[in-house]
This record gives sequence, structure tokens and C-alpha cells, in this order.
Amino acid sequence: MIGGLFIYNHKGEVLISRVYRDDIGRNAVDAFRVNVIHARQQVRSPVTNIARTSFFHVKRSNIWLAAVTKQNVNAAMVFEFLYKMCDVMAAYFGKISEENIKNNFVLIYELLDEILDFGYPQNSETGALKTFITQQGIKGQTKEEQSQITSQVTGQIGWRREGIKYRRNELFLDVLESVNLLMSPQGQVLSAHVSGRVVMKSYLSGMPECKFGMNDKIVIDKQGKGGAGDDAGKSGKQSIAIDDCTFHQCVRLSKFDSERSISFIPPDGEYELMRYRTTKDIILPFRVIPLVREVGRTKLEVKVVIKSNFKPSLLAQKIEVRIPTPLNTSGVQVICMKGKAKYKASENAIVWKIKRMAGMKESQISAEIELLPTNDKKKWARPPISMNFEVPFAPSGLKVRYLKVFESKLNYSDHDVIKWVRYIGRSGIYETRC
Amino acid sequence: VKKREIFELKAELNSDKKEKKKEAVKKVIASMTVGKDVSALFPDVVNCMQTDNLELKKLVYLYLMNYAKSQPDMAIMAVNTFVKDCEDPNPLIRALAVRTMGCIRVDKITEYLCEPLRKCLKDEDPYVRKTAAVCVAKLHDINAQLVEDQGFLDTLKDLISDSNPMVVANAVAALSEIAESHPNSNLLDLNPQTINKLLTALNECTEWGQIFILDCLANYTPRDDRESQSICERVTPRLSHANSAVVLSAVKVLMKFMEMLPKDLDYYGTLLKKLAPPLVTLLSAEPELQYVALRNINLIVQKRPEILKHEMKVFFVKYNDPIYVKLEKLDIMIRLASQANIAQVLAELKEYATEVDVDFVRKAVRAIGRCAIKVEQSAERCVSTLLDLIQTKVNYVVQEAIVVIKDIFRKYPNKYESVIATLCENLDSLDEPEARAAMIWIVGEYAERIDNADELLESFLEGFHDESTQVQLQLLTAIVKLFLKKPTETQELVQQVLSLATQDSDNPDLRDRGYIYWRLLSTDPVAAKEVVLAEKPLISEETDLIEPTLLDELICHIGTLASVYHKPPSAFVEGGRGVQHKRLPARAGSGESAESPDVGQAVSAVSDAPPAVIPSQGDLLGDLLNLDLAPPTSNVPPVPSSMQMGAMDLLGGGLDSLVGLQCSSLMVSSVLGGAPVGMPAGLGAAPAVGGGLGDLFDLGGGVGVTAGSYIPPKTVWLPAMKAKGLEISGTFARRSGVIHMDLSFTNKAMSVMTDFAIQFNKNSFGLAPAGPLQVLTPLSPNQTVDVSLPLSTTGPVMKMEPLNNLQVAVKNNIDVFYFSCQYPISLLFVEDGKMDRQVFLATWKDIPSENEAQFQIKDCHLNSDAASNKLQGSNIFTVAKRTVDTQDMLYQSVKLTNGIWMLAELRIQTGNPNSTLSVKCRAPEVSQYVYQCYELILRN
Repeated sequence: MIGGLFIYNHKGEVLISRVYRDDIGRNAVDAFRVNVIHARQQVRSPVTNIARTSFFHVKRSNIWLAAVTKQNVNAAMVFEFLYKMCDVMAAYFGKISEENIKNNFVLIYELLDEILDFGYPQNSETGALKTFITQQGIKGQTKEEQSQITSQVTGQIGWRREGIKYRRNELFLDVLESVNLLMSPQGQVLSAHVSGRVVMKSYLSGMPECKFGMNDKIVIDKQGKGGAGDDAGKSGKQSIAIDDCTFHQCVRLSKFDSERSISFIPPDGEYELMRYRTTKDIILPFRVIPLVREVGRTKLEVKVVIKSNFKPSLLAQKIEVRIPTPLNTSGVQVICMKGKAKYKASENAIVWKIKRMAGMKESQISAEIELLPTNDKKKWARPPISMNFEVPFAPSGLKVRYLKVFESKLNYSDHDVIKWVRYIGRSGIYETRC
Repeated sequence: VKKREIFELKAELNSDKKEKKKEAVKKVIASMTVGKDVSALFPDVVNCMQTDNLELKKLVYLYLMNYAKSQPDMAIMAVNTFVKDCEDPNPLIRALAVRTMGCIRVDKITEYLCEPLRKCLKDEDPYVRKTAAVCVAKLHDINAQLVEDQGFLDTLKDLISDSNPMVVANAVAALSEIAESHPNSNLLDLNPQTINKLLTALNECTEWGQIFILDCLANYTPRDDRESQSICERVTPRLSHANSAVVLSAVKVLMKFMEMLPKDLDYYGTLLKKLAPPLVTLLSAEPELQYVALRNINLIVQKRPEILKHEMKVFFVKYNDPIYVKLEKLDIMIRLASQANIAQVLAELKEYATEVDVDFVRKAVRAIGRCAIKVEQSAERCVSTLLDLIQTKVNYVVQEAIVVIKDIFRKYPNKYESVIATLCENLDSLDEPEARAAMIWIVGEYAERIDNADELLESFLEGFHDESTQVQLQLLTAIVKLFLKKPTETQELVQQVLSLATQDSDNPDLRDRGYIYWRLLSTDPVAAKEVVLAEKPLISEETDLIEPTLLDELICHIGTLASVYHKPPSAFVEGGRGVQHKRLPARAGSGESAESPDVGQAVSAVSDAPPAVIPSQGDLLGDLLNLDLAPPTSNVPPVPSSMQMGAMDLLGGGLDSLVGLQCSSLMVSSVLGGAPVGMPAGLGAAPAVGGGLGDLFDLGGGVGVTAGSYIPPKTVWLPAMKAKGLEISGTFARRSGVIHMDLSFTNKAMSVMTDFAIQFNKNSFGLAPAGPLQVLTPLSPNQTVDVSLPLSTTGPVMKMEPLNNLQVAVKNNIDVFYFSCQYPISLLFVEDGKMDRQVFLATWKDIPSENEAQFQIKDCHLNSDAASNKLQGSNIFTVAKRTVDTQDMLYQSVKLTNGIWMLAELRIQTGNPNSTLSVKCRAPEVSQYVYQCYELILRN
């Protein structure tokens, strides 16, 4: 298990040092500094073995967090723990910076004592930790409060404390997607996938039982079988096939595995409910049609058309098209119908920016590129044209069907909860070859 | 720390004001963190311990944990407070006390810990119990005996049934850790009931607890495929967990248990399909986790390529990936490359070859070469891509390209030689040994097509002694090849290189190779041509594959550091903790053979017919020995016995050490192959060599000995640690009817060792030294001496357990050391062990059938004649042979030195690698040892 945990500043000075195991000596602190932080070349691996001692490290801004061990530990767990440690610290005092760490070192030691015992990670949910580790010191607790704390820290719902109260029960769901595309010059999709996240902000009283439903093909098909035939055909079109998804630890995984239903008691505040990936029937918000013509050896004519492919009532934002230019470009003349376009010599590209664009529209840019004659026999490799944008819908086609809230002990019902859903689709790597 | 500072802190610590006290303790902790010594404040800090303020208490405890060890006497002062805190009504304080006490590694405190710990393990509050569970592991680390004596292990076992999932998880973690230091204890008594409890807790505990439980589950071996499937079904939901470590640990359990499922089962296919998506999802985690995931995927792809074969695209390198992620992705891309996706892969690799990072670019270039070798259809495109890259004239790209082109030439001889001219243009720019060696090999191999080959090679000769060994060896071989192809113009050159290699070099490899060439050329140039220019064996398609048994072990360690390093835990963990080798379970149906661990391991290792592996340089020696260097007996006339005897004499005279054997075989093979890859060539050419070379090949005949009677490699019997610096390794051999104990003494101490003597304890077959131990000269530090000790079988007899155990005492000027070793019983098989047919029949009938024992010999691909020949080498004689349909039955007899006869029937079915051995003997306890010998002989 983890033998010790050190936090260093960018110079390699120790800010926090907590040793859990007898086999980790004080010299381990120095070994990491000398061999990794002060190493001359770039870090080649997040795991370093120095004299039979293994060091795992992550960096947050210019702060180094290193976990040390002499055993064959679960490496994935150590990194997950280091990330969690960063999350916990950020939840307590904000940005992880040298100053914040120095100012909160007593708190950090207290946290490290609690969430890592003999090198074994323990409950590290901030919701639970904040009930008994505070920066203000412990207030007097009644016996009931004490046992409530312990049962929560060790309980099945370690991520949420009891007794949360809101005057207004409210929740926000954000479906955030990034759509990735590689398209051939002829408009053939070479690869496309969407990676999405459902982020939830919950401000709910008590211990609410939630059930989340989306247009998952497997679920819809199953329901369709039971219901009327034509209904299934209709809803089948709107459902989407999800390649894989992962859930926050609050979701009951065995229930998802058997019934494919997503049920959970949410943490309080903001968290990521699920991540997913889809590759089928993706709505590609933009189509890029490139046309490159070589006029002799010293001139290129480039014409690029972009077409928006979504409902006319919706608006895409922050559109940027990046057209690469050859290294021997001497001058560029650009004409565009909409937005602004500029040749950026340092980036070897023409950057065309459009603030807003409605659906089912088309826009065009043409450029003349003057080339310097070279005796380089190698042809220009023609890197792909890439695009950035943001659209107010989910390119995967994912729809939130419902998020039901049940809280049997308190007297508010699903209808009383105010729910907000928002969809944002952004470009990931969105490229068209030319 | 300055005295004044300490003085001030002392004053503040003893202040009446609580706030001031607390601030002072904080200052002390801050100094402690940066490594200042504040142990002088020990009594003052401990005085602050008795307080209601939890925050202050925690700070004091932190201090205590750090300094108690250096101030054990004063640490006792804290005991009372601890014991009192363990009774506190507040569960948080009880837990804090027991948690901290466990971290104080002072014997006297440990004694006081037992009673509070016992109470806390049964505390009503789960928070206290889960803390106490971990405390047992802490205490065990300090004083294992105490934990056992106090019965804490049983209490810990009870906690596996606790109602609180977190208590269960911590108990599992503690027990797993303790069990690691007692490999044979039945501590984690995993049975279907406990497994069921663990699986229930799995659904309820924290993400970390799930990891502890999954890692523990992975150590369990289900009873049958049914149980295996039902566990898999309950583990698969974990694949959707957001925590990558949970996912990887679940993958580990599934990969392991999947071994037991029959492949035709529907569920098996379902499971394979379920594994791919979560593995792909791991690649969207943070880069450090991606790295861990990729290292593991690398193993999984080697073990079960079918899982990710359609997922090539996700391993394409992204511009912003950290370098360690890029390199790992590239590795996996090569493994997944196939005809179906090669075009895409090549396009990507071409991109990568123009990146900035040198290591990455080199690897990409190498990958292009691997693609050419792996997918024949793409070879042409790969070669032209490589030529494009050579045109860039970027030095390291050119060198890397030449190294891989050499391999492409090996794979597709006479196909791409048109590019040689381009390669030769770059000769001057090569400054790395590997690239130089590759280029020299190419020049030598195609000398007849390169007009100025002699000039090219001569240019290298000038700085011969400054070259690395790799280049020197290659240059030697290349020039000899050149001479054999163009003898008229190059005689001078070849003489020059031979004299450089044999007279002016200190390197024994180079010298020996030089001498062999020299003799070959001077004795019979025609034979030399046949040997040196012999056809080369094909090179394997895959590179850098992990050796199958190691791969299986690493699969059992998925998610852990071992899987990141691609090394077994024993390679990087000190001491005995957790380094026992893990094995994959055997598939249903082959389970019964797992009587001895070695057999089981071998079975599981070969169950999936692993692809051939190109050994890396370091493994070469070992592998050569295991590779059946003697060609299949059926193709080659058996080595004449006189020659074999000659070889024995030679070997008996000091060359008999294993090192010698390895050296000579390596030498011979490299002469024959001559290619830089260093693959052993078939010995097929050997018999063609004229008699004049007889003496040379007698030497090589050392290889023949392995075909005669099998001699296990030397193993360390007495490690230097246990014998004040004397290390003894050895093996047994039967040579010309005399039993020999071949020993190597190595002096790893600082002083000279003399006066060696040896003695055996009474043993089952009366083995005793036939003469004194001949270590004539004193053994100086770091020196090794090999001794062959002839043994007689006339010593005192006492039955040993196991039967073939031998206890040995060795004395030198320092001390007497004892060790025990086991000899293969085939040592005792005498030369006149061939029974008359009639006598055999009568005896077979005469021995009661309850004395008959049956064994399975697995994965022996020999036909009956080959097996018979091999066995005869170890004095197991075939009396008769009968063939029924496709089954050959060999009736064999063996006589032991003490006159016991053993009769055996070996049934070999053509095409079936498993054969059956029935042994009948009047002393049935010997049977299983005979079986072991059969296994050993037939497999090696």
C-alpha cells in the first residue's frame, strides 16, 4: 500500500510529508526531488522506480504530489487517490497553490490522517468529510451527531450527509458533449464519435432517491416490446445506441447491469453523474467542403464551404475554421462572406472566425495563396482543415427523458422539484482532409 | 533548529493559554515537515496531549507518530492517554486513538495496544471497527507473533461477515496484506460462502473498498467453470464504475476467471465483448491513469488479441498526449496492426515519424518496419515509406530505418535489394552501433551485388578496436561472407580481420568466433561456405512479446505496479512480501494435472499455444539452453556414439560447467546463423562438415549431450546470504555410467576461501562422494570454480522424504554449511537396465496391479521413436513396441542402482500431445519420481 505522501512546490521544497509505512525513510523525500523534480530532461513516466522504491506523481499547476511505496500496490488506485486528494483539497480551500497549501497545512495533515490509514484509502467524499473535519475546529457535538457522522462515513451512502435542507428543491442537468470527426475530402466519414458527460447540480433536501432516464436504445427497445407495436417503431427512431458508459459511485451498478436503469442518491452540489461514448447516428453539426487547386507551382486557390446541419431555429456559436497553408507561403488574400478571416503566418494557417450561425445555412471563404518557389521535391502533406464550434443540442442525439426524485421521509414530491436541463455540444477534434 | 527557537517553542508549549499552545504545536509540525529536528520538544508536546480539543490532539498525535521511535522511553508517557481515549464516549476519538497507537512502532507501547484493540475490534460503532481492522495489519507489521498469539487474526476473519461494508472492505485489505507474508497459511480462507459475502459487500462499499475486495477476489480459484461464471456475472457491473482502478481490478478478475470458462460457451463470447468498451473508456481518463491503463492493455492485447482487435483507432496518438502515453499507444498500435487496418496505421506512423520527440520518432520508424514484417501485403509500401524517411537525412531517422530494413531483408530475402544503393549512400552518417552493425550485415549478406563491398567493409576495419562488440562481431562475419563470395580479391582483408579478432582482442566471444572461422576456412572452405552462407531461419512476426509464463503472471497482477513495470513483483519488491508467483487457473478439464506446481504452470502456459518469441539479448543464453538445440531426431541421423563419448571426455575435462556448454552452443549457432538477430540456426549443416572438423564439432557436440541424457541446469543450492558469502550451485549428471555432482563454488565474500570438504547425510539410495572434493587452489573473492564430484551408491541408506532428497554439508576455512537438494532419479538408472522380453512379460504379470500407477505426460510432441531415443539416453530402455491403430505402445524397463526394476508402458497417440505412462514396480513409492524423470526428459 501507499507508504507515504509528499507535496512539493516547484522548487522541490517539501510542503507536506506524511509517512505511513516503516519501510519509507526520510531519504525518499530527497530521492524524488533529485531524480524527478530536478531531473534535467522532461518527465518520461508518471511512475518512477528509484532504488526499489516506486514514486507516483501528478502535477497541479506547479505543485507536485507524490505517493511512495515499496510494495506491489494497485497503481491505478494510487493515481485515482492522488486525483481524489486534489479534489478534496480544492473543495476545502480552492486552488491548489503553494500559498494555499502552506496556509492549510494543519487541515491537510488532518485530511491525510483520515482518508489514508496505513496507506489504505478510506472514505474520501468531501460531503462526508466536511461534517467532521473543518477549518474552524470541531464544535461540540452531541452524541447523536457523533454517531450520525460515523455511520455516514462508514455507511453505504458515504458521499452524502443526512439532514440537508433546502427551502427550494432544485436540480440542474447539463449534457455536455464533444463531437469528434475525421472526414475525407469527398465527404465520407472516416471516423466519428461523441464523448459526453452528464453533470448534475443538486440542491435537494433529505436523502432523495433519484431515477434518471434517457433515450437509451436498449431501454426503449425493451419497453417497446411490452407496449404497442407502432409506438415502439416511433420511439425506436429517437433512441440512441450507447457504446459504453461509466457512472459516479452513487449509481447502483448492479441495477444498471441487470435492468439498465440508473438509480442513485445524489451527492449534494455539483458532480459528474455519468460519462458515455457513442459512435452511431451522430448528428454532425457542420459539414466542411474543401476545394484546393494548384495553379502552377507558385499559387494555390482554396475554397472552403461550411454548411450548418441542424434546426434553423438553433444558433451555433464560437465558430472557427482553421485552413492550413504550406510552409513556403509568401502571401495570402482572403475573401469571406461572413465573419472575419486572417492569415496567421506563425501558425501556418488561415483562421476564419464566425460569432454566430443559424442552422441550415451556408457560408464560404476563398483564398489565394502565393507560394515561394522551392527546390524541395517533397510535396506538401496537406494537413486537414479543423473546426471549432459550440451548439445548443447534443450531437449524439441523447435526450433526457426524466429525472424523478423521491423522498419518502420529507414532504416534497417529484412535482415540487424545479428541474433544469441544458444541452451543449462542442467540437472535439473535428477535421476534414483536403 | 536553533537553540533559541527551541527555547521559545518550549515556552509557548507550556503556556496556559490554549490558543498559544495550539499555535506552538502547529509551528513544531511545520518544522517537522521541512525536516528540521524538533525531537527535543518531545516531553513538552506530549504534555499537550491531554486535551478536549480534537484538533490539538490530532497535531500531537502526528508529532508522536514521527518521533516516538527515536524516543521510546518518553513515548511511554503517552500510553495512558491512548488507553483512556480508547474508552472515550466519542467514537471519533476512540478510532483516532487506536489508529494512532498502531502507528507508534515502539515495543513497549505495542504491549499496551492489545487490550484496547481487542475492544475496538468489537466496538458497537462501525467507524471504530473499520479503523481497528486496519490496526491489526499495523500491529502485524510490528510484531507478527503477537498478533497470532492474541488471536486477532480470528477476530479479523470474523469481521468479513460484519454488517457494515466498509468494515468488511478494511478487514479484507488487512487480511490480504497479512496473508502475503504467510504465503502458505490458509488465512484468507476463501470458499464459496466467504466469496458470496465479499460479492455482497462489493455492491455497497466505497470505491476504495471495492478495489480491496476485487483484488482479493482475484486470488481465489473457483472450483469449476460454473462458479467462475457466476462470479464473473456479479463482477461485470463494476466495469461501468467511474473509478478506473475499480474497472481495472474488475478486468483482472474477469481475465483470470475467464481462463476457466470453456471457449464454446456463449457466455465466454459475451464476456469478451463486454471487456472492450470499458478498456477504451479508460483512455479518456487523466494521462497518468491512461498510462497505467495502456501498460495493462498491452498485456491484455498479448494475452487475448481478440478483445481489442477492432479498436485500433482509439490508440491513435493525439498531438497533446504526454510522451509516455504516446509511446505506449504506439506499442499497442503495432500489436493490433493487421491486414485489415494496415493502410490507416501506416498513414498514422508516417505522421509520427515527423514529430519532434526523438524517442517517439525512432519508435514510429521501427514500427513501420514491424508492419512490413507482420503484414506481407504492406511490405512494399512500408519500404518506400522508409526510403522517403531516409531521404529526410535526419540522422536518427536514417539509423533507425536501416536497422528495420535489415529485418525486412531477413523476412523477404531477394525482394527489396534495389534499395541497397540508397542505404550505402548513408554509410558515413551512421554513428550508433546497432545501425552500423545492421549496415555491415547488409553489406556482407549482399556482398555479391555491391561492387565496392570490400571497400565499404575495409573502411570500418580501420577503427576496429574502437567499435562496440556488436559491430566487431558483425564485421568479422560480414568479411568472412565477402571472402566466401569473392575469394580472389579479399584474401588480405579476411586475414586482417581474423588477426584483429583473434590476436588483438580481449573479448572471448570475438576471439572464439574468429578462431572458428579461421579453422573452418583453413580446413575446408567448401564446408565453410555451406556453414557460413547457410539459409537463415525465418524471423518471427512479433517482437518484444512477453514470455508466456511471465505474461500469465502479469495478467494476475493487472492494475498493480507489476503490470506497469511488466516485471514480476519479486523483481522490485524487497523481502518476501507479496512476491509469490501467481498463476492463471487452468481451464476446466485439465485441472487434475496440477499435482505439482511446476506441472500446473507449464500446462496453463501452453494452453493457448503462445506465439514464438524473439528473445531479447539478455534472455538469449537461457533460451538457447531450453530451445531444443539438437534438431528433431527424425530429420537428422543420431550423433555417432563415439563422437558423443568424445564430447563427454572433453566436457569432463573442465568444460563441463554449464557456462561452457552455453558458450559453445552459442558460438556454434552464431557461426552458423551469422545474422545480427542472433537466432540460433538449425544444426542441419553440421553432418555435412568433413571429418577434419571433427574436433571442432565435438566441441559443438556439447549440444548433443542434451539430446543424450538430460542434465538440468545448475540451480543455486546454497545462497551466499546463508553461507557467509559462499554460493553453491549445482546439478547432477550421469556420465559414462558414473554419477557426478557438478558444483560451482562462488566466493562472494571479501576474503579468500580454502580447505573445502563435502559430506552427505544418509540418504535413500546410499549416494556418497566417491572421492574427496577437489578444490585445489584457494578461492579468491569474486572467483568461481567448477568441480565435478563423482558419486558412488555404496553409502549408508536411510529413507528420505521426498525420496530423492539429499542433505549435504560443505565445510571451508570459515564454517560448515548445510543445504539440501533433490536429484532426478534418472541419475540412478543403470546402463544394463534392458530387460529380456520374456522376463519383462512375466514380471509385468507378476507385479500386482495395485502397484501400477498411471500418469499423464502433457504436451510432448515427440513421436514414439524420438521419445524412445531420448529416453534411452537416460537409460530407460524400450523392450518392445506395439502399434494399435494410431497408438504406439512402448514397453520399457529401468533398473536402479540398488537393483530395483521398474516396468513402464508409454502410450503415445499420433497427433495427440498428451501421452499416458503406466508404471509398475515392486516398490510403488518410486513410481512418481520415475514419472517426473519421464516428464523432464521428454520435455527437454
